[in-house]
Amino acid sequence: MISASLSMLPAAIINGLMYGAIYALVALGLTLIYGVLHIINFAHGAMLMLALYAAFFLFHLFNIDPYVSILIVTPCAGIFGYMIYRYGIGPLAKGKDQNILLITLGLSIIIENGALFFFSGDQQTVNLSYGFEAFDLGFMYLSYPKVISFFAALLMCAVLWAAMSLTDMGRAIRAVAKERQGARLVGINVERIFAVTFGIGIACLGAAGCMMLPIFYVDPYTGNIFVLVAFTIVVLGGMGSVVGALVGGFIIGITESVGGLLLGESLGQIGISLIFILILIFRPTGLFGSKV
Amino acid sequence: MSKSILKKNTSRRNFLGGTAATVALTAGVGTPWIAQAASNVKIGLIHPATGWAAYPAAQLRYGAQMAIADINAAGGIKSMGGAQLEALLGDSQTKPEIGAAEVEKMNEAGVHAIQGCYQSAVGLAASAAAAKYNIPFSVDVGVSDKLVQRGLSNVFRMADGYGRIARDAATNLGEINRLAGNPAKTVIIVHEESEFGTGTAKLMTEALKEHNIQVIDTIKHANPTRNFDNVALRIKSAKPDIVMPINYPGEYVLLAKTLRQQRVDFMASYSVLGGGFNFKFVDDLPQIAENMIDVNHWYNPSSASGQAMRARTEADGNYFTFEVYCAYMSVMFLADGFERAGTTDKDAVNAALASSTIDVDFMPYGKTEMVNGQNMGSRAVAIQAQKGDVQIIAPSEYASAKAVFPRT
Amino acid sequence: MTNFRNHLYFLFMGALALIILPYFISSRFYIDVLTLIFFTAYLGQSWNILGGYAGQFSFGGVMFFGTGAYVSSILLTTFGFPPIFGIFLAILGGAFLGLIVGYMSFRSGLRGSYFALITLAFAELLRVLANSVEFTGGGVGLFLTYAPGLSNLQFETPVGFYYFALILMFISIAIVYWLERSRFGAQLVAIRENEDAAEALGINTLKCKIYAIMIMGAMGGAAGTFYAQKYLYLDPPIAYSIHLSVEMLLVTIVGGMGTIFGPLVGAFVLHTVNEIARHFIDTPGLSLIVYGLILIVIIGYLPNGLIGAFKKKEKKSDSTSLDKKTSREDP
Repeated sequence: MISASLSMLPAAIINGLMYGAIYALVALGLTLIYGVLHIINFAHGAMLMLALYAAFFLFHLFNIDPYVSILIVTPCAGIFGYMIYRYGIGPLAKGKDQNILLITLGLSIIIENGALFFFSGDQQTVNLSYGFEAFDLGFMYLSYPKVISFFAALLMCAVLWAAMSLTDMGRAIRAVAKERQGARLVGINVERIFAVTFGIGIACLGAAGCMMLPIFYVDPYTGNIFVLVAFTIVVLGGMGSVVGALVGGFIIGITESVGGLLLGESLGQIGISLIFILILIFRPTGLFGSKV
Repeated sequence: MSKSILKKNTSRRNFLGGTAATVALTAGVGTPWIAQAASNVKIGLIHPATGWAAYPAAQLRYGAQMAIADINAAGGIKSMGGAQLEALLGDSQTKPEIGAAEVEKMNEAGVHAIQGCYQSAVGLAASAAAAKYNIPFSVDVGVSDKLVQRGLSNVFRMADGYGRIARDAATNLGEINRLAGNPAKTVIIVHEESEFGTGTAKLMTEALKEHNIQVIDTIKHANPTRNFDNVALRIKSAKPDIVMPINYPGEYVLLAKTLRQQRVDFMASYSVLGGGFNFKFVDDLPQIAENMIDVNHWYNPSSASGQAMRARTEADGNYFTFEVYCAYMSVMFLADGFERAGTTDKDAVNAALASSTIDVDFMPYGKTEMVNGQNMGSRAVAIQAQKGDVQIIAPSEYASAKAVFPRT
Repeated sequence: MTNFRNHLYFLFMGALALIILPYFISSRFYIDVLTLIFFTAYLGQSWNILGGYAGQFSFGGVMFFGTGAYVSSILLTTFGFPPIFGIFLAILGGAFLGLIVGYMSFRSGLRGSYFALITLAFAELLRVLANSVEFTGGGVGLFLTYAPGLSNLQFETPVGFYYFALILMFISIAIVYWLERSRFGAQLVAIRENEDAAEALGINTLKCKIYAIMIMGAMGGAAGTFYAQKYLYLDPPIAYSIHLSVEMLLVTIVGGMGTIFGPLVGAFVLHTVNEIARHFIDTPGLSLIVYGLILIVIIGYLPNGLIGAFKKKEKKSDSTSLDKKTSREDP
């Protein structure tokens, strides 16, 4: 049993990396929003689900490949996120964090049940022509969708990291994240930066949804399946850190995969919550500090 | 036609006066129910209409309402002067406490029988609440055998629990294997972690021994599981003849896809109550579904009424999933009880239901025979996806096609 | 102190009204709904002590509930230990879990959303464990037998459970009533307002916070026994469901954090809104959409909760923000 497990270790690690990249994508939006706005977005899972549905309907109705629809869904999700913060969460919350918490909670209830109402609770999958093609590594197969999603996720992180480091908007966002009052004093419109950040965070989810659809399925409650994992990654990588989200994603992906291999697919889930607790106790700033 | 009847008989609006509810709650007084036309027979439908099980719940409601419309159109309960059936809709929101509260609410509204609840945990709580008022309770879908093993004289189940399904699954697999010349000797079970998966897996392991098939590994997985690659690789290295998933829809489909992606070779995927095996799966992922086998509640495709029901369901734009006819059958069973009791008196109806001999012609069942509330005439069949449709392959007396086993 | 006597008078009348209410309500459904309201209000109150008074938000409050439920249920199914005594061990179990979680997280200086998240992680950890070990019945769950009687804390009619829940709720209000007037309560509020200042004033903040989470844990433990004896089935998704954690903070924040009656008012309003929305709308999903909208409207227009909206004077400043406390120095 143990030897059989060990012989599968390389496969489990590669597998963990593949999923880790996808988890990182979900966490990316969360960490950005957290790092800048310092709020916990309870509607994150619900918005991921919306992105999955968007990709599903683009494929189902217009036959647009999910990886192509990244180009459509990502900007739309970004605009959606911006609007919802600017005209919903921001004005309603009146600067109180517990209110933001409940407003995002209310939003998640509305979005989930809206999906149920309009799309029914039926589980949807896409059947891509290349969905079951795979690279043969000898000890395992890597399906095309997983490989594409993996590299797309890396690219996404790189783009976001570059945007944060090199553009004026990125610098403004980082300034707000570090020193809110100071940023206000030098003339940065903090409320607008908040909305933009929220928009970028949700745009990440839009991309994540498109990349996950070929691998996973969607129903009105799918998003929640990834939320706790995403929170763990955010904490592990350091709230607000793009690189941290990616590294955290890999660590959690491998933990889940290897944990499942060694402890069984039921108890193996314990690794995620253990890491969560240990990192909070011993290094609450995460692996990559608090820089954006 | 059937649609308009459907709407008309689903009057929840006068089930409890909404403003009356508020007033009574705030003022703390009052008896809430509003006088009803005395002749209606009220059947409460409690399902998880919102929450993760919303889809099966919608299918269950649909099937039950179709049955109610049909029975009403055929003259209602004749022994009660053509009394019409009326549905009271309840939503458990997947929570046992809400399910039990719905029973209380329906009892106030003068419900005469209740059916539900899909999830066993909710079914246990709701049927126990119904037992306090002796309300006849028919489990339309709910696989835990604890539902009918608590000595409650008001709880009945027409379809199978996992105990009987496990037995049928083993027998059917034995038959399929024998006809193919006994090629299959080993099985790996992949099951979800709750009572349904764990209990069924345990029973299967025992039952398969009688058919000289050995379970060489049992893999338990969490709900939800996001990633089945390790499981697939583990199966691949153990090289079983048969893979046996026992899990819920999301994981069922994910596992099937992953097995294919990892090119795992086996003679058959033979699931027990495979949550994701249905016409939609066959439509959505035909190349995966092809030749997969499942043992489940299934209608009798050679019966005219079964075919008609399927055609109607599909004409309404719905998939003909097992929830539809299980809910239909449950309503028929209750209506037959009222018919023979000739009254809505609870003791009389429970007695009538306990002695039911109704023959449900669209199911591959024998005559109904209730023992401690469980129908002993029920039977699960082995079904296989073949060329975009689903065929019964065992037992032979109901088979609509020959099994493709081992698959090529 | 006339204000105080007035207060007591209203409290007494309100309590009396709730006690005699079952004699005027013949509807068992309403009794059951009220029972659930009291139950949620009770859990909300336990959350309120740590979240509302001490300012420590938790997202995993359900862990005390689930652990308490398991303690008394396992004692009952394995040793035949009667729940009327089992509930006290459930209380102890909840308090002990509070001690462990509180010690581990507060000692490492976790505040704000870091603390909130670690409680979420603990609840999840316990759910996975309960699924995997033998003595909880694993994923199969625990089945309790129906045997009404006081020693089993089971009752034949909903009225019995109504009083059970009512007593729990009264106790929780009494605890918070005492808290508001005690030195300990003042210390908790000081921690909420400014933990560093409280520390500087000589308050042992670590000890205070651990006491607060232990009280929360003890209360949650009793709620677990209540639930198990009422619904007679327990499995890990029920025992450690995130929905209950959310409901606890939801009713409290909507009703008004750091107030005696906030959780009760919040539970009452949200349950009523939910029931009414469900009643008028049959289409799956639509009623909860309405519920979500109403929730957002309440939060948007009454940012201090329902109780806060009725209070003329602002008792506390607006510093319950998570934000300030998240900026924790490196260890």
